[in-house]
Amino acid sequence: MTRPDLSTRWLGLELSSPVVCGAGPVARDPELARALADAGVSAFVTDSLFEERILREEGGVMYHYESHADCDAEATSYQPLRDDLRFGPEEHLAAVQALVKAVPVPVVASLNGVTPGGWLRYGRLLQDVGASAIELNVYDLPDDPRVTADQIEARLLAMVRELADDLTIPVSVKLTAFHTSLPNLALRLVQAGAVGVVLFNRLFEPDIDPEELEAARALTPSRPDELRLRLRWLAVLSGQGGVDLAASGGVHDSTGATKAIMAGAHVVQMVSAVLRGGPASVRSLLDGLSSWMEEKGYDNLAQLRGCMDVTRCPDPDVYSRANYMDVLHSWHGNLHSFPGDSA
Amino acid sequence: MGRVDILMDHSTHENEPLAALVTGTRALEMSMTARKVKVLDGNEAAASVAFRLSEVVAIYPITPSSPMGEFADMWAAAGRTNIWGSVPEVVEMQSEGGAAGAVHGSLTAGALTTSFTASQGLLLMLPNMLKIAGELLPCCLHVAARAVATHALSIFGDHSDVMAVRSSGFAQLVSTDVQEAHDLAAVAHAATLAARVPILHVFDGFRTSLELQRIELLSDDDLRALVDERLVQQHRERGLTPERPVLRGTAQNPDVFFQAREAGAPYHAALSGHLREALDTLAERTGRRHELVSYAGHSQAEQVLVAMGSGAVTASETARRLAEQGRKVGVITLRLFRPFPMQDLVAALPASTRQITVLDRTKEPGAAGEPLYQDVVCALSEADAAALPSAGRPDVYGARYGLGSKEFTPGMVAGLFDELCREAPRRHATVGIVDDVSGSSIDYEPSLDVLPAGTRGAVFFGLGSDGTVGANKNSIKILGELTDLSVQGYFVYDSKKAGAMTVSHLRFGKQPIRAPYLVALADFVGVHQLAFLDRHDVLARAADGATLLLNAPYAADELWSHLPQEAQQEILDRRLVLWVVDADMVASEQGLGGRINTVMQTCFFALAELVPVEEALKAIKDAITKSYGKRGELIVARNHAAVDAARAGLERVTLPASADSPRHRPPAVPSNAPDFVQAVTGLMLAGRGDELPVSAFAPDGTWPTGTSRFEKRNIAASIPIWDAEVCVQCNQCALVCPHAAIRTLAYEPAALADAPADFPTTACRIGGLEQASFSVQVAPEDCTGCSLCVNVCPAKDRSNPRHKAIDMQPHAQHVAKEAERFAFFDGLTGLLPEGVPDARTSQLRRPLFEFSGACAGCGETPYIKLATQLFGERMLIANATGCSSIFGGNLPTTPYTTGPDGRGPAWANSLFEDNAEFGLGMRLAEDQAAAQARALVTRLADDIGLELAVSLCEPEGAELEQRRQQIEQLRQRLAGMQGDDARRLERLAEHLSARSIWLIGGDGWAYDIGYGGLDHVLASHRDVNVLVLDTEVYSNTGGQASKATPLGAAAKYATAGKSTAKKDLGLEAMSYGHVYVARVAFGAKPNQTVTAMREAEAHRGPSLIIAYSPCVAHGYDLSHNVEQQRLIVSSGVWPLYRFDPARARKGLPPLQLDSPAPRTPVKAFMANETRFRMVERLDPQRYARLQRRAQEDVHRRHALYEQLSRMTVPEVGTAAQLATGMSAAAPATRPVKPEPETAS
Repeated sequence: MTRPDLSTRWLGLELSSPVVCGAGPVARDPELARALADAGVSAFVTDSLFEERILREEGGVMYHYESHADCDAEATSYQPLRDDLRFGPEEHLAAVQALVKAVPVPVVASLNGVTPGGWLRYGRLLQDVGASAIELNVYDLPDDPRVTADQIEARLLAMVRELADDLTIPVSVKLTAFHTSLPNLALRLVQAGAVGVVLFNRLFEPDIDPEELEAARALTPSRPDELRLRLRWLAVLSGQGGVDLAASGGVHDSTGATKAIMAGAHVVQMVSAVLRGGPASVRSLLDGLSSWMEEKGYDNLAQLRGCMDVTRCPDPDVYSRANYMDVLHSWHGNLHSFPGDSA
Repeated sequence: MGRVDILMDHSTHENEPLAALVTGTRALEMSMTARKVKVLDGNEAAASVAFRLSEVVAIYPITPSSPMGEFADMWAAAGRTNIWGSVPEVVEMQSEGGAAGAVHGSLTAGALTTSFTASQGLLLMLPNMLKIAGELLPCCLHVAARAVATHALSIFGDHSDVMAVRSSGFAQLVSTDVQEAHDLAAVAHAATLAARVPILHVFDGFRTSLELQRIELLSDDDLRALVDERLVQQHRERGLTPERPVLRGTAQNPDVFFQAREAGAPYHAALSGHLREALDTLAERTGRRHELVSYAGHSQAEQVLVAMGSGAVTASETARRLAEQGRKVGVITLRLFRPFPMQDLVAALPASTRQITVLDRTKEPGAAGEPLYQDVVCALSEADAAALPSAGRPDVYGARYGLGSKEFTPGMVAGLFDELCREAPRRHATVGIVDDVSGSSIDYEPSLDVLPAGTRGAVFFGLGSDGTVGANKNSIKILGELTDLSVQGYFVYDSKKAGAMTVSHLRFGKQPIRAPYLVALADFVGVHQLAFLDRHDVLARAADGATLLLNAPYAADELWSHLPQEAQQEILDRRLVLWVVDADMVASEQGLGGRINTVMQTCFFALAELVPVEEALKAIKDAITKSYGKRGELIVARNHAAVDAARAGLERVTLPASADSPRHRPPAVPSNAPDFVQAVTGLMLAGRGDELPVSAFAPDGTWPTGTSRFEKRNIAASIPIWDAEVCVQCNQCALVCPHAAIRTLAYEPAALADAPADFPTTACRIGGLEQASFSVQVAPEDCTGCSLCVNVCPAKDRSNPRHKAIDMQPHAQHVAKEAERFAFFDGLTGLLPEGVPDARTSQLRRPLFEFSGACAGCGETPYIKLATQLFGERMLIANATGCSSIFGGNLPTTPYTTGPDGRGPAWANSLFEDNAEFGLGMRLAEDQAAAQARALVTRLADDIGLELAVSLCEPEGAELEQRRQQIEQLRQRLAGMQGDDARRLERLAEHLSARSIWLIGGDGWAYDIGYGGLDHVLASHRDVNVLVLDTEVYSNTGGQASKATPLGAAAKYATAGKSTAKKDLGLEAMSYGHVYVARVAFGAKPNQTVTAMREAEAHRGPSLIIAYSPCVAHGYDLSHNVEQQRLIVSSGVWPLYRFDPARARKGLPPLQLDSPAPRTPVKAFMANETRFRMVERLDPQRYARLQRRAQEDVHRRHALYEQLSRMTVPEVGTAAQLATGMSAAAPATRPVKPEPETAS
């Protein structure tokens, strides 16, 4: 019996498997990336090109250099500032390019910014160094009480529009789970030119150190139970159709991947599990998925994908109603046949 | 004869066009050629030629020549080639002596070789210079001439260095300005190949090396035309080769040495001919003619000056102007000093010459006269009568001028001519000072102006960090390279590294500007920090009717009332046109922080109207794009915005009729300062040190300590303010403070009776001091605002953790109250707990090193301060030249100070290279004095009393007080005794209390230039304490690489990133076995630092403490230096340890590791510092390799230390143990005690 076909199509890219290495440090290690590709990773998302970081470094270095230059009769400066020193995105672009060269699979470049602006041209630069798609990662923390949800969405849509108009490669948008009307936003993102969405961005969630009285930056590896939030919205958006879906956050094994694909994901993005388990974790996932599909009689992923989305799952209310209602009211039995209703 | 006809530029050029004679030659010639014009300084001008005409460049940093090496290194790293298409080998050596050795070797092997140096560096090269000259090796060394240290160090310019090597056999070619530094560099490189005589190409340090002028560049083709390729080939062929083996450097005996020494004479005799040929070639190609000896002035001059270097320009211009007025005066400029151009000199003298004053920019005590004077006397005495002026053999006088960059002005030149006209001129005079001791100085009228009409001067007073100098360099380049204006820029810095005042002197004109002296009266004065009006008489440099631009946080209609009355009066008296801009606000709004340079530059162009304003602003923006555009877009955008915003913020101030401010300029030093500080320091602080006469100074260079406390600089924008309620009394704030500007103290509660109102205090919670009161106090006027203390403070308000026990608060709001509090606090008597001090309790002791001029956030000073808190009252310090000698001993003020009893560290700096030996000498003298005192005590024991005598001869305990009482007792008894021995013992008694000798210096000293001496001293068993302040670069000269520079770090002279690992100085010292060695980082583990210092001091033998010292050269905000120290230690890059030989004697492993195994990756530490990031940015792949090696090194070294820390020293004499070496399994049963070779 032939093994099931695990190939998939995402953002117009033909991928040999649904396992994509998500945005993270792997992209900086071409050797590891090659090994992961050998193990079955079908695409890589690079770590983000942060506009803010580039500008901060440029500002910081020049400030430190200049504030000590020409102050002293013995030292006109304290660092050798070579003419060819640059602070632009070149370093990041070179890393993306190196990854493109290192792996035989597509590389999706993550681009991080907050507001529309000149930095969006970095998208073109990433395209030029061989990125097969752009994953726009918008980190727009709404901490300003004057800014409305509409304004935030409008900014996001403007950025997508500008990028999509400028690029020939597809654009996917990595979203947070905190948008008010995700289905509507997804619709408008597609209208603005996005081809896919990634659910969800795992934001840096600051921790508090009660001993030191400090807020600490923290990014902990994802846990499998985080997948459940993704499943709901994958199922909802998959039912809506028209947009490529990637699950990001909580896929750690073949079971997780199976669920995500059943909910509608075209691909699953993995970072934590890959960092922890290396290529073996990918092999194990794909073997598990393949065996399971084989056992259950699925020939290819298309048969599996979305089989549990809101349009096909036996009980769509599970997605559309808040979970606690179901749990809390489960003793009522079937909502459509309250006790006392006539049979 | 017309007025012009009497003026001559060159004695041999009488037939040149009049225009050339009147205006000087350059302007005319520039219009005739279309050469590349660039604004640059003398260092770059010389280095540009030297680099292109060399194959090997050996370098070593020394002010003011370091930038020449920096250019060479930078160009080589960027792949620039010489005229033969190859990238020269640029190698940094461990000293100038090493550089000279490498030059000698390279020349011997046939390469075209150069180096750059100055001052002591040149002296270190002398032995090799004699060899190079003796072997007729063609070579050109470039010297930015600088004073040699005598009674004091001076980094500034004079000719004492080049005069000290005049016997080396090198020719000496002396440039007078920047264009000549460029041209004569090429002439020297060409002529040395032809003559085979090496040439020292000299130009004035600072005055020429730092002056920006517009010059015409020599192209590679020009250089090719000058340098004869066949001569290059011949030099190569003379290089040692096994193909045609010869031998050089023989040892010769009395039979032949003398003759062989004379054999090279014809080559020296022929040199000037080769120089003339090269000068002719240069003139043919460029139209620029420089003469070895030239004359300017009246054709029938009777009084003539002879001078070299930039001073000759001032003298010549003055003579021209005086000649126009009919004075029969002239000036001879010598551009060749060795071989001395005797005939040219005599030939250049006008026939009418009666008297000559020879100007020497050096002092040679005890000589018949200074060097140039002697040569001129000799030349005239040897000259044929026929060659002499018709007036007969002129009378020759000598005068010293310009030592240590003392100004030399037209007024002084006129004064020298006037002196010659006196009935009995002084034979050996000085000019530019008031010598009220020997009466050597001549009087002069200072205001003489000889600048061409239409020349405009501008002076800008800025703060080092505000970018004023950078902006002015930029302005000069804009005007010099985009317009046909002549330009000149020169920059003066004060001696502080934090909050330094810079003064920029700019000139612009249609005529060539030949004025190597400061702008005395400017048409434009920019005061970029309002506080300067209170500290200096900055308006004294404003000409009548000048434009004055102030940066102030006030609108035009409110500014006036904020000025001190003295400034108001000067503005009115001089009818200044006053403008104001709030540059800080404009810059801040554009995201430029304290960098107000662009704003002030824009305002200058808008007001000075040297070029149409719109054009000027476009040029500024273009220059910004050019400077920053290649790096990124942020800074460009912000500066462009600042240009636009600056004009909008510029306002003219309508002047009231009278100076009515109730506020007066405060005195430079407080009225309670000692007499010397009032009379001398105060004047120097006010910028009027030039007025001090010779008698104001101790003739041996001795200077009082403890004067920095009288200089209230008020440079911090914000200062730490203490909250007693929140404080946990850890005292870390005081420990890390680089300037001793925040202090902690435990004191008797009763003392609070006299406290100012609201003086913050709390109950002391430090063990053993529970009855005391406790305070943390800032010295608000001395704080630099680095905020290191606040960053390190661990105590947070439980309800509002943003508020700590100390917070940075606005200076202006708190200074008055905190100053009053500090005055009270400073007078309190501190209480100390019993027992040995730790990091916390050490800070209850008075620091005897305070308020130095070190950088804000300096990582060196906390160690020095701590040492003075622990041992200050018995410290003798030998300090190697470097940052620590500059912030330790650079006038006007001195940070080493005394406690209430008048005791404190005594400090001296000898040189850079000899500090270990210097300190050892102190130890020897002390030991000798102590031995003599003990011998006398023994001899007089019966009279002194046996008990006291025995006590005094025993080793002193840890506490000073008991021994002091004993010595006092001894003195009392001696007072009643007769005889010479008693009198001698009285004088020697203080040596019965042990002295703590500290040898302090940076890594440049300890790892490189002073390493041989340090190694020798460590080997000696003598009781000295070496403190190496390891910044991992030559910090003082601007961050050049040393052997302490870590792998992967970019530093000057290692621009591409250092590819070799840092030397393990500690391990080398440990190999002796008897040396106490510690590696410390105060921010990472302060208690370990304190323990190491105590143990080192207690160790009766040599001790070496290698102290990690964060530095601005590392490229990050030093307010985070403690975090970075923690990171460097936790990464294992800087392991902490103590190696104590005393432990070996107890059978314990002498090495104790004080930091755990590496637990953070090296890259986490490296990523935070620009010095590493630069290398990563420039070549990521190479950087990745270096970083990997750095990580490997950390693991390898940790493994080694780990093993060493488990090893004990085997018993000596057991052959089996010796054969197996050290063994962890078999600890020694008998300690090995290293015994001093010489009893002390």
